[in-house]
Amino acid sequence: MSGSAENIGDGSTATHNRVDPEHFAFTADSEAEIVKILAKYPAGREASAVLPLLYIVQEQMRHDTGSAWVPRIAMDFVAHRLEMPPIRVYEVATFYLMFNTSPVGRYHLQICTTTPCWLRGSDAVVAACRRVTGIKGWHETSADGLFTMSEVECLGACVNAPILQVDNDYYEDMDASSTSRLLEALKRGEAPPQPGSMIGRLTSAPEGGPMTLTAAER
Amino acid sequence: MVKLRIDDTDVEVEAGSSVLQACEKAGREIPHFCYHERLSVAGNCRMCLVEIEKAPKPIASCAYPVAEGMVVRTDTQVVRQARRGVMEFLLINHPLDCPICDQGGQCDLQDQSYAYGMDHSRYAENKRAVKDKYLGPLVKTVMTRCIQCTRCIRFATEIAGVPELGATARGENMEVGTYVEHALTSELSGNMIDICPVGALTNKPGAFVARPWELKHTESVDALDAVGTPIRVDVRGLEVLQILPGVNDEINDEWLGDKSRFSVDGLKRRRLDRPWVRQDGKLRPASWQEAFNAIAARLGGVPAARIGAVAGDLCDGESMMALKDLMAAFGSSNLDCRQDGAKLDASRRDFYLFNSTIAGLDVADAILLVGTNPRREAPILNARIRKRWLATSGRLPIGIIGSATDLTYKAENLGANAGLLASLGERAPDFFSRMQDAERPMVVVGQSALARDDGNSVLADAWDLAKTIGALQDEWHGFNVLHTAASRVCALDLGFMPGPGAIDFDAMVDGGVDLLWLLGADEFDTRRIGPHTFVVYQGHHGDKGAARADVVLPGAAYTEKDGTYVNMEGRVQHGYRALFAPGEAREDWRIIRAFSSVAGRPLPYDDIDGVRARMAAVNPVLGRTGLQRFGCSDLSGPCPQLGREHATDSQIGELVADYYLTNPISRASPTMAECSRIAPAALAQPALPIAAE
Repeated sequence: MSGSAENIGDGSTATHNRVDPEHFAFTADSEAEIVKILAKYPAGREASAVLPLLYIVQEQMRHDTGSAWVPRIAMDFVAHRLEMPPIRVYEVATFYLMFNTSPVGRYHLQICTTTPCWLRGSDAVVAACRRVTGIKGWHETSADGLFTMSEVECLGACVNAPILQVDNDYYEDMDASSTSRLLEALKRGEAPPQPGSMIGRLTSAPEGGPMTLTAAER
Repeated sequence: MVKLRIDDTDVEVEAGSSVLQACEKAGREIPHFCYHERLSVAGNCRMCLVEIEKAPKPIASCAYPVAEGMVVRTDTQVVRQARRGVMEFLLINHPLDCPICDQGGQCDLQDQSYAYGMDHSRYAENKRAVKDKYLGPLVKTVMTRCIQCTRCIRFATEIAGVPELGATARGENMEVGTYVEHALTSELSGNMIDICPVGALTNKPGAFVARPWELKHTESVDALDAVGTPIRVDVRGLEVLQILPGVNDEINDEWLGDKSRFSVDGLKRRRLDRPWVRQDGKLRPASWQEAFNAIAARLGGVPAARIGAVAGDLCDGESMMALKDLMAAFGSSNLDCRQDGAKLDASRRDFYLFNSTIAGLDVADAILLVGTNPRREAPILNARIRKRWLATSGRLPIGIIGSATDLTYKAENLGANAGLLASLGERAPDFFSRMQDAERPMVVVGQSALARDDGNSVLADAWDLAKTIGALQDEWHGFNVLHTAASRVCALDLGFMPGPGAIDFDAMVDGGVDLLWLLGADEFDTRRIGPHTFVVYQGHHGDKGAARADVVLPGAAYTEKDGTYVNMEGRVQHGYRALFAPGEAREDWRIIRAFSSVAGRPLPYDDIDGVRARMAAVNPVLGRTGLQRFGCSDLSGPCPQLGREHATDSQIGELVADYYLTNPISRASPTMAECSRIAPAALAQPALPIAAE
């Protein structure tokens, strides 16, 4: 897939082999959302809404095209809408890795490999992802266009490490088999398992259920 | 004022100053890269670290405000160690290509690494490499050298008013550029080369040509627009290699327009380096004597009333003085300096000057631009208006009568009709009342408003408007004429205008004279000159005028002669010769002086002091350099002889269609041609929102 070798979130290298759509316009749903967002900011400060608007762009792209990314033409659209220079929008969109400035697969797999996750076995999660999807490197998209793999820094859920973020959902306490199960299900087009802990942990409670003040003998 | 101690020196600085400014006041040099006194503070290079008593760690002095009783140390072990650390980090990814870098020898990073750099690198990993960016035909980029000080980004956004540069991505991947590749659309882009502290942005047309220490510097004055920007002409051998801005806070701060900076390659192309005489319909090379004889022979049978002279836009005062005296010696006062046909009243100096002065823009509180596009006619002045507009947080009322758009600040377009001037109160009451309420309002009239049949009425109407809104005060003169030609004000000062009963430019070129002396006059359609008119072209470039001429006298360009220039404010300045004119070309006033002897009517001066003494006698203003500032003491307006017809309700057109090609030097420049070629594409881009940063 074109753009597969790109550094996702890094606009600098993405300008050349990116396939921008010809047109971009907000859908009625997005427009309704934008009105709500703009109402939060005082007149003349609309530029403050650039982050939420870019997020709306990405969600709309996910919904409409199955690939959650922010095309440049959409950044120009946002710039025009917020009356700010386009370059200021490019700066924001490329700064935050959560915005994809090049197309991604249907499912964006974001694997945390920072120390706590790594200690708890993120390498196995990565290996499982590679095995199931056939993706070799980071920021690549699988041949079937379903998956893009990204290495991310701490996702802030270390208690339930390792974490695999699929689009906006956190799958926690992952290991090789749960990762394979999850990705195979996505591949077959089945409803994915409920996000959250894969070992039945309640939020971030200890494994095997709450223990504080419940087991005096331990 | 705040008192503080820097090392062992007590200094007093204004509240709100930064520690770095206080240190400089105390005579301590603080190394820095991102800090620039005319830009906002970024504080990201970390080179300006100093120790402040009671602070736990070194502090970036450029971004730290002074406080009463502060004790600052700028040269301790900790400070030096900290700066060395910063320098080491900066050099981690900076290539060691100084020997092939055009910034070498004038590089802040190079200089400061002598003081704070290590003699070896502890970094064994791969350096990062960054793809070069295309920023147009003027600015060359080697982005691997960029230390991300963001000066260029801030310059584009704040000074130039074209927010096109930015820093995309982050951390190791951060890059400075336009993201979407396109040429910068600023007329001030060359200044980014100056402010770039490293070799990331360099002079594209002048790449790999010279080292700074090979160049001979000559301080002079720019002659390609009427701002009178101080410049430094850098010469090696017989070639001008670059022109850089000088610093004058009253004129240009430290900026220079791209045309003035990059037209240098036009100075060595299409030059007239020997006299030419037309024989059998074709120009042939000739000697000076032959050329002079040809003119003298033709001059013999022509009555005084059929001789005329036109001064071009780049002329120095001396040559215009000599030509005027020569014409007077033959009994002719058919003189004109207005090839654009602008109606100007030279009877009083404040009728044709930019009276509020350029520095006066800094205190103006309402501006009306009439028939002028300062961005194209005087980019430095436009940047000054933007500076004022920013200083007022965008509240400065600016009105436009004319077609100017996209001036880098918000302006209210009141319409393009010249008739608006006389009826502004009725037709734009809101803006009119804001002008009236202003303490120091300015009315600025451009040449395109005056180069009309009813230009005199426009001038008078503009004056009356200035009077009505109270712009003409004892201490503040709010009536301004914005000129585009460097020679214009000096010509008007010298009275290079039709004398009593004499004919003006249009009449002269349309067959009113039999002998027409064009002193560097190329800015009109030479086909208007009839076939029986004998044309003497004196100038430095083979442009339109020389092509039509019967005799060509090779003169000197503004870099090749000592000359007097008066800018639109009326500031008298001297330019200096940086090199000799090519071949047989000579300084223009000397040519005229030499011809006067051949013609048997020698002019009474033999050296430049003599010419200048004569100029001072004609107009005492020219007797000394500098600017004399006036308020308005006489409210009676220009052109009183007219029956006070108001300007008609017709559109004001644009005069300067192409900023890059307004004079023979720029038209000979391949760089300017390239800029002109890509400019339409840039103009076709949707206008950027105006950056109020």
